[in-house]
Order: sequence, then C-alpha cells, then structure tokens
Amino acid sequence: MDATLHLLSLTSPGWGGVLLGGLVASLQVAFGGYLLGLLIGTGGAAGKLWGGPILRDLLEVYTTVVRGVPELVLILILYYAGTDAVNQLMALAGLPSVDISGLAAGIFVIGVVQGAYSTEVLRGAILSIPPGQIEAARAYGMSPLLALRRVTLPAMLPFALPGLSNLWLIATKDTALLAVVGFAELTLVTRQAAGTTKAYMTFFLAAGVLYLGITLVSNLVIRAIEKRALRGMTRPGGAA
Amino acid sequence: MKNLLKSAAVALLMGVAAAGAAAAQELKVGVAAEPYPPFSSPDASGKWVGWEVDFMNAVCAEAKVKCVLTPVAWDGIIPALTSKKIDAIMGSMSITPERSKTIAFSDKYYNTPTAVIGPKGVKFDATPEGLKGKVLGVQVSTIHADYAKKYFGPVVSEIKEYQTQDEANQDLASGRLDAVQADLITLQAFLDSDQGKACCEVKGNVKDDPEILGAGVGIGLRKEDTALKDKFNAAIKAIRTNGTYDKISKSYFTFDIYGK
Amino acid sequence: MSEVQIPSAYVAPKGRSLFEPHRIFLMLVFAGLIFCVAWFMRWDWLPRYQDRLIYGIGQTLLMLFSTAIVGFLLAVPLGLVQVTGPKPLALLARGFCTLIRGTPLLLQLWLLYYGVGSLFAQFPEIRSSFLWPYLRQAWPYGFTALMISFAAYEGEVMRGAFAGVPRGELEAARAFGMGRFTLFRRIWLPRAIHRALPTLTGETVLQLKSTPLVATVTVVDVYAIISRVRQETYLTYEPLLLLALIYLCLTGILVYAFRLLENRIPTKGV
Repeated sequence: MDATLHLLSLTSPGWGGVLLGGLVASLQVAFGGYLLGLLIGTGGAAGKLWGGPILRDLLEVYTTVVRGVPELVLILILYYAGTDAVNQLMALAGLPSVDISGLAAGIFVIGVVQGAYSTEVLRGAILSIPPGQIEAARAYGMSPLLALRRVTLPAMLPFALPGLSNLWLIATKDTALLAVVGFAELTLVTRQAAGTTKAYMTFFLAAGVLYLGITLVSNLVIRAIEKRALRGMTRPGGAA
Repeated sequence: MKNLLKSAAVALLMGVAAAGAAAAQELKVGVAAEPYPPFSSPDASGKWVGWEVDFMNAVCAEAKVKCVLTPVAWDGIIPALTSKKIDAIMGSMSITPERSKTIAFSDKYYNTPTAVIGPKGVKFDATPEGLKGKVLGVQVSTIHADYAKKYFGPVVSEIKEYQTQDEANQDLASGRLDAVQADLITLQAFLDSDQGKACCEVKGNVKDDPEILGAGVGIGLRKEDTALKDKFNAAIKAIRTNGTYDKISKSYFTFDIYGK
Repeated sequence: MSEVQIPSAYVAPKGRSLFEPHRIFLMLVFAGLIFCVAWFMRWDWLPRYQDRLIYGIGQTLLMLFSTAIVGFLLAVPLGLVQVTGPKPLALLARGFCTLIRGTPLLLQLWLLYYGVGSLFAQFPEIRSSFLWPYLRQAWPYGFTALMISFAAYEGEVMRGAFAGVPRGELEAARAFGMGRFTLFRRIWLPRAIHRALPTLTGETVLQLKSTPLVATVTVVDVYAIISRVRQETYLTYEPLLLLALIYLCLTGILVYAFRLLENRIPTKGV
C-alpha cells in the first residue's frame, strides 16, 4: 500500500489532482443543491402552512414521495426526466433545445430531494415560534411580508438550525450517488482512478479522508453558526 | 438599482440564449463513464484517452463537426441518447438487431471476436460444457451479457453483471469469478497488465451468433438524425481510405481491428 | 395583501377526510394521470418479470431486516460505551460513529467489496479456508456495509437514549440493591430502548432507502432486477416509475407496521 501512495500526488502520473477536481465538483453540487433545497423548502413550508387546500395536499404528496423513495431511484428518474422535460418545454416554446450540464442536472436533482426535507424542517421550526411574537409584529402594524422577514424567519432560525445542518451533511454525502449516473464527482473519479491503477484501497481510503474532512469542517462551521444564532437564548439542551 | 437588476436580467437571458445557440452546433458524443481500456479511459490528468477517443477526433474532423466527449453511465447510455443528453454514442457499442429497434447505427468501425478468459491452471474452454457450474462475469447491458445469458445461462452456476469491464476483471483476479466473457481486445489489454499476467489466460473464442453478437461496432445515433448518419458514414469511409484509421490503430494494436 | 394570512395561531388542517371537494378533484386528476401512464406507456414487459420482481422484493426486505436487527444489536454496546465505558473505548466508539456517518455509504461499500475483498484473495490461507465460498459472494459485503452503517447511526441514537434515562431511576434501582448487571438488564437497557423506539421508524425507512446501493456490487435485489429490465427493454421511465412505486409501498407498509407496534407498547411516563 505504501508503494501506491505516489499515485496520490497532485500532478500526473499521480491522480491527486483528479480527486481534488472531483471534490470540487461534489462540493459545488452539494452547495447548489442545498441552496435550491432551502429555496424549495421555504416555499414548501409557507405553502404547507398558509397555502390553499389544494397546494397543501400537493406539497404533502411531494414530501411523502421524496421521503419514501430511495435517493438513488429519484436521482435516476430526475436525471433523465428533468433534462427531457426542460427540452420538451423549450420545444413547445419554439426554442432550440438547451444543453443541460451534468452540474446543473446534479444540482437540480439534489435540490429537489433536499427540498422535501427542508420543507418539513422549516415547517416544524415555524410552528415552534411562540405565536405571541408574530401577533406582536402584527399589532405593530407590520405588513405580512415584513413580519415574515423581520420576525418569523429570524425567530424560527434557532429551531431550524439542527435540522438544516443535518441536511447539509446529508447533501454532501448524497452527491456520491450521482456516480451512478456518470457524473464525475468524487466517488466516480475515485473509482475510475482505482480501476485504472488497481490501487483500490489507496484511492477509496483517500476519498474517505476527503469526505470525512468535509464533514468535520462542516461540523466546526455549524457549531460556530449555532453559537451565534443561539446567543442570548436559554433553553435546556438548546445548544445541542 | 432597478435598472441594474433589469440589465443584469437581460444579460443573463442573452447569455443563456447564446449558450443555447453555441450548444446547438456542438455534438455531444457519449462514451461510457467507466474505463474501457484500450478504447477509452481517463488518464491521471482526468483526460480521456484511447483508440476510440482518437478515432472520434479523426471522424469528427473529417465530418467537420465539433465533437465534445461526454462521459455517461454505460447502463443509461441509450436513454441518454434518446432523451438528448448526448447526440451520438462512440462507446464500443456493437450493432445488434435488438438495439437497432431503439436507435440507429452508422456503418461499423471495428469488429473483434468475443473471448472467454479464466484463471491459469484450470483447464476449460469457451463452450457451455466447459463453463458448466462456473461463475461467469460480464459487463452489464453488453452483447456479451446477452450472449452469456442465452448460451451459458442454463449451465453456469451464476452470471454476474458488472457496471464496468474493469470490475469484472478485478473480480476474476481476486477469485470471485471463474471466467469472464468480453471483447478479445479489451481482455487482451487486461491480460497484458501485471495483474492479468499473473492470474489469467485466454480460454478461447465463443461460437459466433450474429443475431446477438452483432456485426461490429458502430456509432449510435438517434433514428431521426439521418443527415448526421450519412455524414459519419462518409467520414468513416474517408479515414479508412486515406490512412488515418490505420495510423491511429498502429499505435494501439499490432493487427487490423476493422475485421472482415 | 390582506388575504395573506399570517399564522397568528397555526390552524391544523381540519379532520383528514378524504372526501372534501378539493380532494375529490385532486383524486380525479391523479386517476387521470395514472390512466395516462398505464395507457400511453409500455407495460407489456411486466408479466415476464413478475416472478423475478417478487424475488427481488424479498431479497430487499431480507437485506433490510437482517442488517437492521444485527445493526441494532451492535448499536447498543456502541451507545453504551460512549456513555459509561472507559475513556479509550468511548473515544473509539465515538470515532467509529463519526467515521461511518461522515462518509458516503456508497464509498464504504465499494471500499469493502473492491478494496478489502480483493485483499482477501491475496492470502492462500483465506482462499482455501471454509469461509472462502462465502467471501467470494457479494452479499456478505453488502450486508456488512449496511449493517455497520445502521449500527453507527443508531449507535448515536442509543448514546442519547442511554444518557437520557433519568438518574433518579438508576439511583432507585441501586437503592433496591440491584447489581450493576441486573440494573443494566432490568432498568437501564429497557428504558433506553424505549426512548429510542420512536426514532427506529425513521432509521429503518432510511435503511430501506439505502438497500439499493448493494446492487452496485452485484447483489441482486429489486433495484438490480429493475436495472435488468431497463437494459433489456431500453425503456427509461416505466421501470423506474414502477420501482419508485414499489419502494413507496414498502415505506408505507413499514411506517404502518411500526405505528401498530408502537401502539402496543405502553408509553406511559416516557
């Protein structure tokens, strides 16, 4: 195994550079997908809480389906169907078919999956805000949007943080599933490198270290954010 | 602020439109995202290299189309073509009647025999009798998988399907398989490697069945893209006659892989 | 703007009657969609694969339950030593949980199968041992990876559950003169498992959703069968839609079964 360590060097014939490229691709997809998921989640939570009955039921279907079907299967369906749908829409609008990059498709897929979970996390967090706080905002004559921005969103943050940080960690690991559709993220390039050089252990362990690094760094950042968001709050176990 | 936003939006739209227009002239050529040496595999700098990559460059230059190599998961490569994620397949895909129901093919650009390899020291040959009770490995959704299921399926103890040829080879070397069936050239590349030399040898070629094994490897295309097909056919003929094909092949193989 | 309702107090949706007018409308829409899917898509392959699909579902469930049960048995000591074990052991257990939870399952699985699996083959002693017929198959690797993953996630839950059992209960048990082992067996473990039960539904559903990964190392489960359908029929969507439906049903049944189970366990005082 020591004999294969030189394969990890950053320049050719080492595969280190390729692995780092894969790491960057993974992080891009995780980050993009997470943000898209938050966006969907915010809309979804608002829809579930204050939307009409039809919207509420549709959102329920969305979150149930996404949470009940393996990510791997969703990724396969969305990866093909997503591109297909966009191009059919473009054709309907009389536009030339666009070329959807693997990155965009990956972000879309991860985002849709994350969106369902974010919806639930944010909905739960909004429900945990003491109603008095929102009533007070209304009593001050704030418009609904202003109340949302100034009171509801900041007040729910401490409740949402544990769930949201968990989702981020899931997002970074879910990107590995894109290997199955041939997107060159960390896990796939690792397999390519391992297959070509036959140094399976070396490369899989190296990728493991990189993933673990993401998780550990994320944990540090999350802890810092939680400390800031929870300042001035005293709740038993609130900092968990 | 509003104006700034508006102009940013316009710029973005124009950017998208420009990207769409540029993409329309580029041809996305799909190869399997799994390494398939010596035809196509990524090297340590992440670049795809191999005979088929050189062939693609030559054919596209001849046909005057701009080709972009796009790695796609092999088991989804036909859906990727039909759902327009890619525009052509140059992934050592054999022309078979079954596949021709779904997609179109150019003329063949290489054709090599199908062989079975196994560990040294065990004597058997590439017949149903020889493979009786053995665990046979093939790459998923290949002609070899179809062939193995039809001819060896009833007698072997198990047929294992792998995402990549490489993994099947790896499992043969690590003793989890008794035999692997695949294209002779790619197997030869494995047998020439240190790992392959140590463990395995060719057991023989399988009996031909054109219905399954097809008539050589062609460029996979959507059925409606007939103009592209004509272009590629002309280009293949041209590089066959002007010596480019032989020049590329010489740096990889000692014999003519075009076949009869 | 005034029609936007701010939740002065969130009103839970009224009784979940299926026959509210909008629900009937939605159901009609869905029925139409399902009809379109059934009518315009190709399903003629279904009878040919029926037997294999049922076999695949069986394999998936076998994988799910065997890994969840063994994983849970492993999670108990993992959680316990983190709460009460000697320092080095506690650190080891915590490191193990962090390691497994911090890396993708797919990578762990490939490391086990292609990395560790090919190491085994290099030792003639292993190749000639009685274990080899098992080690050369794929399922032990899939089983190990899934089991370890379940143990690590559930171990974290058990750690919280062990730590969360009220001190007073343990002290009371000690006051009754219970020995360390009796106390653990009679009080601490049952109370901790009781506390961890509600998370078990979620973890088991997550485990179900992880099982298709084993298909990437040639284990034949329902996902692998559907992949085979895709490759043999060149259909993109139909097999995948069916697969999604199968998993959705399995999830539904699991959740329902766990709810029945939870109702039978008295939750008084938890």
